[in-house]
Amino acid sequence: MLSDKDRIFTNLYGFHDVGLKGARTRGDWNDTKGLLTKGRGWIVDQVKESGLRGRGGAGFPTGLKWTFMPKAATPERPHYLVINADEGEPGTCKDRDILRNEPHKVIEGALFAGVSMNAHVAYIYIRGEFYREAEVVQAAIDEAKEAGLIGTRACGMDWAFDVRIHRGMGAYICGEETALINSIEGKKGQPRLKPPFPAGVGVFGCPTTVNNVESIAVVPTILRRGGAWFAGLGRPKNTGTKVFCISGHVNAPCNVEEEMGVPLKELIERHAGGVRGGWENLLAVIPGGSSVPLLPKDICDHVLMDFDSLREVQSGLGTAAVIVMDRSTDIVRAIARLSRFYKHESCGQCTPCREGTGWLWRMMERMATGEADLEEIDVLEQVSRQIEGHTICALGDAAAWPVQGLIRHFRSEIERRIAARASRRAA
Amino acid sequence: MSEQSSISPEPTAFVFTDDNLKKAQALIDRYPSGRQAGATMPLLDLAQRQAGWVSRAAMDYIAGLLDVPPMRVYEVATFYTMYLLRPVGQHHVQVCTNLPCWLRGSDDVLRACQEVLGISPGETTSDHRFTVAEVECAGACVNAPMVQIGDDYFEDLDHASMKALLEALQRGERPKPGSRTGRQCSCPAGGPTTLKAVPVKGEV
Repeated sequence: MLSDKDRIFTNLYGFHDVGLKGARTRGDWNDTKGLLTKGRGWIVDQVKESGLRGRGGAGFPTGLKWTFMPKAATPERPHYLVINADEGEPGTCKDRDILRNEPHKVIEGALFAGVSMNAHVAYIYIRGEFYREAEVVQAAIDEAKEAGLIGTRACGMDWAFDVRIHRGMGAYICGEETALINSIEGKKGQPRLKPPFPAGVGVFGCPTTVNNVESIAVVPTILRRGGAWFAGLGRPKNTGTKVFCISGHVNAPCNVEEEMGVPLKELIERHAGGVRGGWENLLAVIPGGSSVPLLPKDICDHVLMDFDSLREVQSGLGTAAVIVMDRSTDIVRAIARLSRFYKHESCGQCTPCREGTGWLWRMMERMATGEADLEEIDVLEQVSRQIEGHTICALGDAAAWPVQGLIRHFRSEIERRIAARASRRAA
Repeated sequence: MSEQSSISPEPTAFVFTDDNLKKAQALIDRYPSGRQAGATMPLLDLAQRQAGWVSRAAMDYIAGLLDVPPMRVYEVATFYTMYLLRPVGQHHVQVCTNLPCWLRGSDDVLRACQEVLGISPGETTSDHRFTVAEVECAGACVNAPMVQIGDDYFEDLDHASMKALLEALQRGERPKPGSRTGRQCSCPAGGPTTLKAVPVKGEV
């Protein structure tokens, strides 16, 4: 249970002034120059020590990622920081709150990250639908520039730093870092083959690091309070705080910043008003956004909310978007709806995904009505394995996993529907 | 990918207004020199804001401004779903029906659209005032169900509040965006469970 003094996003809900003046009263931009003068080695070391793992879904160690950038930039190949605010994973709406209510944490974090990786320019890629949020961030950029915090001499240092917004236009796939890079270049958002990795060849062919908004926004507080402070929260290798989004069948859906490793049940009961109809009315939870496999109630009773705990139960923390489903839920139709989403969002580049996501959706629609043969459940599972791991990016995996999770935990429900339909037909 | 057809009454020409031309230049300046193609997306958006949709003429015009082959612009305009390749109604009502919204009643929101406007997703009212569309997750899941109308989100909807929202728009009113139940952003209904004290200066 996180105490308020250890919360980073003290204006998560926007109860207070989001502008520079308000941000300063909450500690943002407090002696930024002093921290910067400790040097880029110190900044990277603190972030490494904090144990921060990327908050966009994959959970890759942020400090380590930063060290992949070349040591020195050349005039022909400047370095770029790209901040991924293309939030679109169903269930997830945390970055939106950070953008609209804590924009200065993003800009200050961008400056620290930029200096540490020799980048003079950061692009914030904000999903197109977040038009109002982009307005807030642009206003914060303008304020920070006006105050000399960024610009030609950021915080009065001999370091030019500019933050620029690039708005997406409604493509989920652009949350994938190489698709996002293509999109900034003015191309279709289709993922690139790796290698080369962005740290070698990224946006405009230059070394680039792509970080999630939340990963960047927690950096200033980590530097102020020390990597050890952040590392002391949560559990080993799963440190720090995390903004959770709790949606679906709860009494009070909300976002909340909690400690990593918080028990799922406590998270839902303490902050989201509990499951509608009580905990015993719970059917299943998708714990990390639409891409991760669901968990049935018996696992939800005990599971902890962090990367490794959720991996142990064959799911994942993903974006920490908790979608709660009570016993009234048509669970097969729920997963079929997600299959439709992945079919809609496939960029069409790789055959297993382009063809497979549509096939999965059509099969799932039949499973929802029971209009299938029992043997087809295994076929569905096997085809999902053929998609998983055989595409350029993880969208293929993301389409496969929810279906696999459904079969793993609710196979009997699919079988029941098939049998029920068969007996109706016989009658 | 965009599922819209580009078959539509095509204007023969498109140019930015003087004001928008200035905005276009500022957008182009966000990208390194020689990499001005990066501005393809924001310029298409600007054109859409000017004309209400993106015509072939607008795409060709932007290709000229950025000195890229028109095909590069067509590729982008047809890939991203927010580019409208044909005109839509004055109010573009985009209803999220993805899982978190569906769990909390997006079917009721669609039904309200049908009842008040008499149209289904993908259709426009005969007076061209409303277009209803079904969209994928808009990223407001803890305020579900929600719709986006123009640039604004309307959240925590139910059948009655969606009907009321559409009726207000029909009367020419401008309803305040945000939660229909009046809560602040993503704060839990009934008040926050955290951060109850106002942050004090110097406290981080």
